[in-house]
Amino acid sequence: MNLRVIGAFLVALLTFAVTPAYSQDDGQRASTGGAQTLEDILKRQKGLNVDESFRRDNLGDPSKAAPLSGDLGTLGGISKSDMYRGIRYSETDVKVSNTGPAAKILVQDGGMSWLLTRQGGIQSYAAYGAGGIIALLVLFYFIRGRMTIEGGPSGNTIERFKPIERFGHWCLAGSFIMLAITGLLLLFGRSVLIPIFGHEANSTIATFSIWVHNNIAWVFMASLVLIFVMWVAHNIPNKLDLVWLAKGGGIIGNAHPSAKKFNAGQKIIFWMTILLGASVSMSGLSLLFPFEIPMFAKTFGMINTIFPAMGLPTELLPHEEMQLAHLWHAIVATTMIIAIIAHIYIGSVGMEGAFDAMGSGHVDLEWARQHHDLWVEEEEAKSSRGGLS
Amino acid sequence: MKTMFVAFAFTIAASFGAYYVMSGMGFSSAEMQSSSSVRLK
Repeated sequence: MNLRVIGAFLVALLTFAVTPAYSQDDGQRASTGGAQTLEDILKRQKGLNVDESFRRDNLGDPSKAAPLSGDLGTLGGISKSDMYRGIRYSETDVKVSNTGPAAKILVQDGGMSWLLTRQGGIQSYAAYGAGGIIALLVLFYFIRGRMTIEGGPSGNTIERFKPIERFGHWCLAGSFIMLAITGLLLLFGRSVLIPIFGHEANSTIATFSIWVHNNIAWVFMASLVLIFVMWVAHNIPNKLDLVWLAKGGGIIGNAHPSAKKFNAGQKIIFWMTILLGASVSMSGLSLLFPFEIPMFAKTFGMINTIFPAMGLPTELLPHEEMQLAHLWHAIVATTMIIAIIAHIYIGSVGMEGAFDAMGSGHVDLEWARQHHDLWVEEEEAKSSRGGLS
Repeated sequence: MKTMFVAFAFTIAASFGAYYVMSGMGFSSAEMQSSSSVRLK
């Protein structure tokens, strides 16, 4: 009896061992006749990646075409579903009368994920990021108060920035503020402005915003180059910056760490502005000239060369290039907005005497000695040399 | 402060300049991607 049970068990085990193994996925796929499964739908609802190859590669087979007399004969072995799948995944050789860029892309379903990311993650990042930094700065102001000139102003001034430096700074600042405001109006138009002001008002605001955004961008890019050329030599990081950072820049407490023309905090703002400004300009140019300057596939290719494990897509449809450029533009711009709000705070209400540097160009000598002592020494040495010659 | 206002005035003037230059060169999206620019000839 026991032998029979053991024998049956062994036979059953052997049966399972030699039976071709079907994965759960294959089983489900077979049960839907090759169409999408419940697992695919659940994955999509959770925002997970779904392997679309079951339909991307299911485009019919002309070699198995039914005879002309058959139901599918005139379609050459390709059903209408096969044909639409081919259009959807850009596998069909489409002929169109429009010769414009990307005109042959009739269907591109990446638009939904672009829209959801724009209305979801990016709007949240912008709202919580900008709102959060403003709330933190207000809190910081009430805790720390305004940073004052220790011992009060001396009454003597020193030229901090030349007119051309201030001109470049204010061109960059003015254009950036307008770009930020109009960019945020465009980002929040559908979800915030339409419910409050209605469609017509939002249409007027959006038309104005896109005009300002597209045309003022040139001033931003030109002044970014001007600022880089004028200040890059003063913003090369050095050991002094580590000491400055270790002392927290003197923001907390009464320490005044030594600094030359720009301290470590200003250098961080400078390089953030230059690098993110260049990036937002590149993606902005890509958006200004739709489909003319695709750059993400090439960038992904370079990233893959350095980090092969990332496996980023290197073949992108023209619309995917535009969607990525738009999302990247919004992410980088929002990061800049958050950082620049902090920069505006410290350069105005946060520190006594700081605004004069960019306002009149002349700062109080005592302020300069407390925040840029080594720069003052350099300037005084230059003056004395000039006086002797 | 004068430099700041000059920079703002320049920014506004340069934006209009950019608009007229780009429009004159036919770089607007409307011209590039619609009408006769994209029709089969």
